[in-house]
Amino acid sequence: MLAGQVWLSVASTIQSVPGHEPTSIFAPQATPAQSIFGLSMLVLAIVLAIFLVVSVLLLYVLLRFRARPASPDATQEPAQIYGSNQIELSWTVIPVLIVVILFLATARVIFSTEASPKPAEALDVTVIGHQFWWEYRYPKLGIVTANELHIPVSDPKHPTPSYLTMSSADVDHSFWVPRLAGKMDLIPNKVNTMWIDPQAPGLYLGQCAQYCGAQHAKMLLRVYADTPAEFAAWVSRQQKPALTSFSDANATAGEAVFQHNACISCHTVAGTVANGRFGPDLTHVGSRATIASGAVPNTPANIRAFVNNPAYFKPGALMPPMHLNDRDLDLVTAYLTSLK
Amino acid sequence: MATQTSIPMTTSGTATRHRLFFDALQDWLTTVDHKKIGIMYIAYALLFLVIAGFEALLIRVQLAVPNNAFVSPQTYNRLFTMHGTTMVFFVGMPILFGFGNYLVPLMIGARDMAFPRLNAFSFWISAFGGILLYFSYLGGDGLYGAGSAPDVGWFAYAPLTARAFSPGHSTDYWTLALLLSGIGSIGTALNIVATTICMRCPGMKLNRMPLLVWLYLVTSMMVFVAVSPLTAAQIMLMLDRYAGAHFFDTQAGGSAVLWMHFFWIFGHPEVYILVLPAFAFANEIIPVFSRKAIFGYPAMVAATVGIGFISLSVWAHHMFTVGLGAYGNTFFTFATMIIAVPTGIKIFNWLATLWGGKIHFTVAMMFAVGFLFQFLIAGLTGIMLSAAPFDWQLGNSYFVVAHFHYVLVGAILFMIFSAFYYWYPKMSGRMLSERMGKWHFWLFLIGFHLTFDFMHIPGIEGMPRRIYTYEADRGWALWNMIVSSGAIFQAAASLLFVYNLIWSYFRGKVAGPDPWDAWTLEWSTPSPPPAYNFAQIPTVESRRPLWDLKHPEDPDSNYEM
Repeated sequence: MLAGQVWLSVASTIQSVPGHEPTSIFAPQATPAQSIFGLSMLVLAIVLAIFLVVSVLLLYVLLRFRARPASPDATQEPAQIYGSNQIELSWTVIPVLIVVILFLATARVIFSTEASPKPAEALDVTVIGHQFWWEYRYPKLGIVTANELHIPVSDPKHPTPSYLTMSSADVDHSFWVPRLAGKMDLIPNKVNTMWIDPQAPGLYLGQCAQYCGAQHAKMLLRVYADTPAEFAAWVSRQQKPALTSFSDANATAGEAVFQHNACISCHTVAGTVANGRFGPDLTHVGSRATIASGAVPNTPANIRAFVNNPAYFKPGALMPPMHLNDRDLDLVTAYLTSLK
Repeated sequence: MATQTSIPMTTSGTATRHRLFFDALQDWLTTVDHKKIGIMYIAYALLFLVIAGFEALLIRVQLAVPNNAFVSPQTYNRLFTMHGTTMVFFVGMPILFGFGNYLVPLMIGARDMAFPRLNAFSFWISAFGGILLYFSYLGGDGLYGAGSAPDVGWFAYAPLTARAFSPGHSTDYWTLALLLSGIGSIGTALNIVATTICMRCPGMKLNRMPLLVWLYLVTSMMVFVAVSPLTAAQIMLMLDRYAGAHFFDTQAGGSAVLWMHFFWIFGHPEVYILVLPAFAFANEIIPVFSRKAIFGYPAMVAATVGIGFISLSVWAHHMFTVGLGAYGNTFFTFATMIIAVPTGIKIFNWLATLWGGKIHFTVAMMFAVGFLFQFLIAGLTGIMLSAAPFDWQLGNSYFVVAHFHYVLVGAILFMIFSAFYYWYPKMSGRMLSERMGKWHFWLFLIGFHLTFDFMHIPGIEGMPRRIYTYEADRGWALWNMIVSSGAIFQAAASLLFVYNLIWSYFRGKVAGPDPWDAWTLEWSTPSPPPAYNFAQIPTVESRRPLWDLKHPEDPDSNYEM
């Protein structure tokens, strides 16, 4: 608990730094991103040193050996030098040595990230990419949700990393949350894995990093790193089936509209007749902060506009306009908003 | 008397001009002269450069501010697909083949290419490919209604190209355009190899060939190896789309990763196919304006051949994030890093060529110096990306976009501009205006650095490529505005360059055969050279035959190894 408090304060300090970018690879908050950050500093240092040496030499040569029309020997050709094997050898061997150093440092990070054993406490999440949204399934917890990934924060002393098993339902996508890890592609008919262990609670942003069609740009990623208590509460809420009785009469009527329209062909609301699989699971859609894969905040007005015509926020989204009348739109909006 | 004679003269003058036009048209359409074909390649590439540059401008307008609605997502996706495809296949390849066509026979003392008619065929089939690609704007949706261009990205990852995700015919136009241009590329490459092997003048042993010819030889050999898999993949894709095959059809057990392997075993060597001719220009231009022989000719040849071979084993560094596994990623990291060694050798040899010279900063040389600095930076960001874990972050981000534009624009396009200022006098008989050239250089340099230096930053801050717009809260807006503003400078500079090309053709200073006091055989012919190039086939005794002529007391043949 105390550790959680400490991480919270660390995180808020980082986030309050002016000019801090929410998706910078140079603000790592999980082991994979941190080890990449360490490697990138080494690579940058070497590359910068090479740049300085060569560019200073180049500048020197350009200034020192420029033609001087006023000098007495201006019309004479300079001494012709055809080459030197010793010099060639030196600028072959030194770069080879630099490459070997870089390669060894890189290989270490590759293996520590890609070939590290999975601890028993790890959380399993299956991530499935869709045009243009994310499906998250927690096989051991019996949870299915969409677009907002919740995982527990991981204390470095007792790591509880999350292992993501990834594939795609249609075309290639890529999962990229820069502050947590490098990207990993989601490819149909292929299973990839990656792991993340966010060390400070909070929201980590990212987005699809492999061009996947019209709305590639609005296939946004939101990863919530919850404290253990928050995560437990989230899990127990998500494990419940959808509400079926509502205090709001509009929501009750909206459920009927929802179930008598094509909505149920593509969307699941667990425990009801709606069991479609093409679109995001809506069982607890009211509890999410955003809709349309992070494109807009989850407000009744936005839900209404999206159901009326998804292209309003995401031109090219695969959900068709539902052509509901104004009253039915209000009712469905009330229903979806109530699905906490 | 005067009126009496002027009337028939006018009539016959019009008729003559009329006939002259059609004669000229027929001459150009049916020519098999390597010089005319070379110039047609270059002109056609310039046309597409303007078109694809305009597409880039539209892209930058759209991205200048967050959540912009200047173009629709669908239009944007077509723009970046067409921009990339055009620049690689219908600007880069033809412009380099154009210079190769023009220069290789002249530099080896030959009267034409080995297969002149194959040469014409290759040009026209490539040109038809480019026209087909742009025809998609009219016919892309076929019977589905209004036309549209392909929108699958220039590397067209499967299964986005399957009919389920790409209905209509836009992807077919993309596939067929590349297929045709690939056939043309293979034809021209074959021609260059045969010409280099068989058509050298007496005395021009392989180790006396100008470096430009060596580099074109290696590039052409790479075309055989690299373009064939691409052609095969295009045919497989068409079989998938229309004949029920399942090579890349993931819904029927096909493999999306297989397409990536096919594409990148072409795609990465392609980068070197494009950059080797740029190196080739540098190898001729830097020595002439330093007034020194190239330093380390054998090392330069060895490094080129080395790059040629290694470049065939680095393709999967485009695939570090597709789940190759730790061992695969480690291998391709090593292969990619080691290519820095021969590339470094080249930079150091150019540096040593400059050392002790008398450097003349003509516009051609200014562009070559820009090339040296920018290629250095492009190479170093390439090393950063070769470290697989670093690439897991930077791959497919704007950092990569900045990196490869540094190669394609900062290195290759700068060197192409340099080549224009250097060889335009030979091709046209007139000098390009140096005054306009300096404006062109500085404007383009400023625009280039505004655009592509600052483009690295949003990549580091998490901005992926190929997004039609972005969120305002990510901190990318300022950088994108700077990047877009640089595009205006580049556009202005490019227009000035095209104007210079046209103005100088009519008003430029007459060049004479050898305006740069250079050393290779093309400068021994009149400018422009006659159809037969050489009245008498020359005989050479060193790598710099004109140096030997100009300095009979101290010829190169005394020193060359």
